[in-house]
Amino acid sequence: MYAIFTLNTIYNWTFVLNSVDSSFQKPFDESGETCDIAMAADFNWAVGGEAGDGIDSTGKIFAQALSRAGRHVFTSKDFASRIRGGYTAYKVRTSVDKVQSVVDRLDVLIALTPRTIEENLDELHGGSVIIYDGERTTMQNVEIPDEMIGLDVPLKRLAEEAGGAIMRNVVALGAACEVAEFPIENLDSALEKRFGDKGQKLVDNNKEAARAGQSYVAKEYDHEFDYDLETTDEDYVLLNGDEAIGMGAIAAGCRFYAGYPITPATDVMTYLTGRIEQYGGHVVQAEDELSAINMALGAARGGARAMTATSGPGIDLMTETFGLIATSETPLVICNVMRSGPSTGMPTKQEQGDLNHMLYGGHGEIPRFVVAPTTIDECFWKTVEAFNLAEKYQLPVYLTADLSMAVTEQTFSPEAFDMDEVEIDRGFVVDESNIDGHLSESGGFQPHEITDDGISPRAFPGTADGAHMSTGLEHDEQGRRTEDTEMRVEQVDKRNRKVETAEAREDWSPREFGDADAENLVITWGSNEGALVEALDLLADDGVDVRVLSVPYVFPRPDLTDAVEAAENVVVVECNETGQFADIVEHDVLERVDRVNKYTGVRFKADELAAEIKATLTTGVEA
Amino acid sequence: MSSDIRFTDFKSDKQPTWCPGCGDFGTMNGMMKALAETGNDPDNTFVVAGIGCSGKIGTYMHSYALHGVHGRALPVGTGVKMARPDIEVMVAGGDGDGYSIGAGHFVHAVRRNVDMTYVVMDNRIYGLTKGQASPTSREDFETSTSPDGPKQPPVNPHALALASGATFIAQSFSSDALRHQEIIQKAVEHDGFGFVNVYSPCVTFNDVDTYDYFRDSLVDLKEADHDPSDRDAAKEAILDSDKEYQGIFYQDENSVPYHEQHGVDEDMSVLPDGAPEGATDLVREFY
Repeated sequence: MYAIFTLNTIYNWTFVLNSVDSSFQKPFDESGETCDIAMAADFNWAVGGEAGDGIDSTGKIFAQALSRAGRHVFTSKDFASRIRGGYTAYKVRTSVDKVQSVVDRLDVLIALTPRTIEENLDELHGGSVIIYDGERTTMQNVEIPDEMIGLDVPLKRLAEEAGGAIMRNVVALGAACEVAEFPIENLDSALEKRFGDKGQKLVDNNKEAARAGQSYVAKEYDHEFDYDLETTDEDYVLLNGDEAIGMGAIAAGCRFYAGYPITPATDVMTYLTGRIEQYGGHVVQAEDELSAINMALGAARGGARAMTATSGPGIDLMTETFGLIATSETPLVICNVMRSGPSTGMPTKQEQGDLNHMLYGGHGEIPRFVVAPTTIDECFWKTVEAFNLAEKYQLPVYLTADLSMAVTEQTFSPEAFDMDEVEIDRGFVVDESNIDGHLSESGGFQPHEITDDGISPRAFPGTADGAHMSTGLEHDEQGRRTEDTEMRVEQVDKRNRKVETAEAREDWSPREFGDADAENLVITWGSNEGALVEALDLLADDGVDVRVLSVPYVFPRPDLTDAVEAAENVVVVECNETGQFADIVEHDVLERVDRVNKYTGVRFKADELAAEIKATLTTGVEA
Repeated sequence: MSSDIRFTDFKSDKQPTWCPGCGDFGTMNGMMKALAETGNDPDNTFVVAGIGCSGKIGTYMHSYALHGVHGRALPVGTGVKMARPDIEVMVAGGDGDGYSIGAGHFVHAVRRNVDMTYVVMDNRIYGLTKGQASPTSREDFETSTSPDGPKQPPVNPHALALASGATFIAQSFSSDALRHQEIIQKAVEHDGFGFVNVYSPCVTFNDVDTYDYFRDSLVDLKEADHDPSDRDAAKEAILDSDKEYQGIFYQDENSVPYHEQHGVDEDMSVLPDGAPEGATDLVREFY
């Protein structure tokens, strides 16, 4: 017998896990003591201050320097608000080994404000180094917690000496390099990348500023720090999920993007802007999401690979057009970078709460695919796949990431994005040479031809004899409005048959980690994979063996019945309160009820219903 | 594109279900004639239709077409034209579609100046839902949902267009077949967003804005010595609420359409079998 438990981040870890098995425990306790061994090879660093303090670019420069030095990097951002005055931080975890999660630990913190220290008290430990500028008015009376090492570095003054107060964060980076024993030349390389297009003078000033910070610490603090950030010869690229999605779109031949700015999906649009044009594409900032998705729909009807990206509130608006895309059998990729809802919710916070909306949103019934990449490199590949799926099966594909993945940067080998591996499959498209086989007796093109696999021919505008209307109305094979009950049923069945075809033709396998024979099965979807994979090691240290299935396809999806039934305990991990994916897993392994359905557009009649029920009861369940 | 295209080639084999006498028949005929006269054929034309009586036009015309969601026809047309600059795009909808649920899109489509034609079949009533006030209904026009009239001034679509930076603003009357066709044709030929509001009377639910009313009251701007290149004159005529005009209010002869402004001139439907050439540069950027 198996039992399914849901593990949702909104609950307390310990509470939920205890309900599964009392041998589970929180992987890191508040002091950070239990993770000392596992995390020894890690270095965890952060810069924090107010929005507007240049936190993002400072963090990015450090992350880039580490990446260029052949170290793995995993970044995360705390950002409460974009307006000036809100606390914001950029955190970097680095190791020579692959890192794919954040941890509750900070070794070095550059604190531009007292609040930065307060916000991170739980992650700081005895021995943590806090770099701050005691000459800054707000930092004059700052108290460094016991056992932590405060390095008072006159960031602003040293920056002014190097050429300008604006470089004070770079002074802090230089100080951090000294603490971490990280060769400052690596910082130079990142500074050149960041400021190179603004002139050599600025680059040189920044290098000088960094060295001022470095030598100040070396001179003023006669202290051996425990860190030694060694470098390697590995080449890495550093990118976030939104960028991977944007790059995947260009690689997949996406030529048209329309969107409306919204956190945390905006980066997809800003990435594409200025780049997609170099590959013959175009980005439009629409007046709203209603417009954005309809523009993308128009471009797709024109024969382009088109995409829009948004987050929850935008998905709500786009849902208006969803049925039209699906019923007109238009291939379209709709990227949903999820954030905390409902309504405006917590726009800069993580959640995977839109699953049900993507699966079921919109009136009426219509198939749609939902693809959910589980890692940043997979954001690239699943984007390519989403475009192929959309065109092969001529339907809308939700490509869903979430805030954590969107704004997190991670290092990968450049081979992880091998453009030669990208394949483009445009599905069933006809041209002048073969359109004749798809015309009606009266010569009309049949974009909704009834076929065995449910897939009909597509003709792009400009194709001779291909003129046809696409519509949100129920239609016949030529796309002309119909309310004929037989044709209605044929078209509904045809559209649903595409799902059956896709289920048979494509690989919907989950990604598997951990001990395949373990009695404990943990299932997750989306961006939780990295943290879960790292958690496996910690669980194994505690003697808990776990099999992990990380599911990148929500619909169609792998059949997890056998895995669930083979396990003693089943836990579904997701960032939401109700356990939307857990519901799906439970649904899939349930025994089926008998079903009587009618979708001709005519209501049930008593005599017909009696006969249908009797027939069903006699023949038994149809799964 | 063949040179022997006749306007009837743009007719589908579906018989219109518009009420006998509906203005939309004339509106559609003028559109088809204008498309044929400007050298287009059904296979290189894309018609986007809204929702409502007017939205049925996608069914009755023969071309590539999309009959979409209420109010969103303009964004669809925008997307088609950007992906396919080689295709003639004509968007058609009603006054409800364009000035009520789709009003936001109208303003921005005008601003973008995409090279397409927008025909609004304006009957000043909601016909398909059997007679409710529309955004262009008169203040005292009594309907089932406004028994004492809407008591709000009607939207002035030409003024909205002018204020949004329109480069072509016109008005026609579906019953004045030759003039209507001529105006639509000018809009098709215009380099940019060609906007034509067409008085297209509803014979079933609107007993005020009738054929007779328009015939009696319409003043042709051509006969009123109006200079369409004069924006101030256009403003004066558009804001003149005492008169009903037909003709071209305004045309900016120096209009630069969106695709020229933004360098969008490629047929985006053509793709290689793999990632585009030079795509590896994108990866290198992340070093």
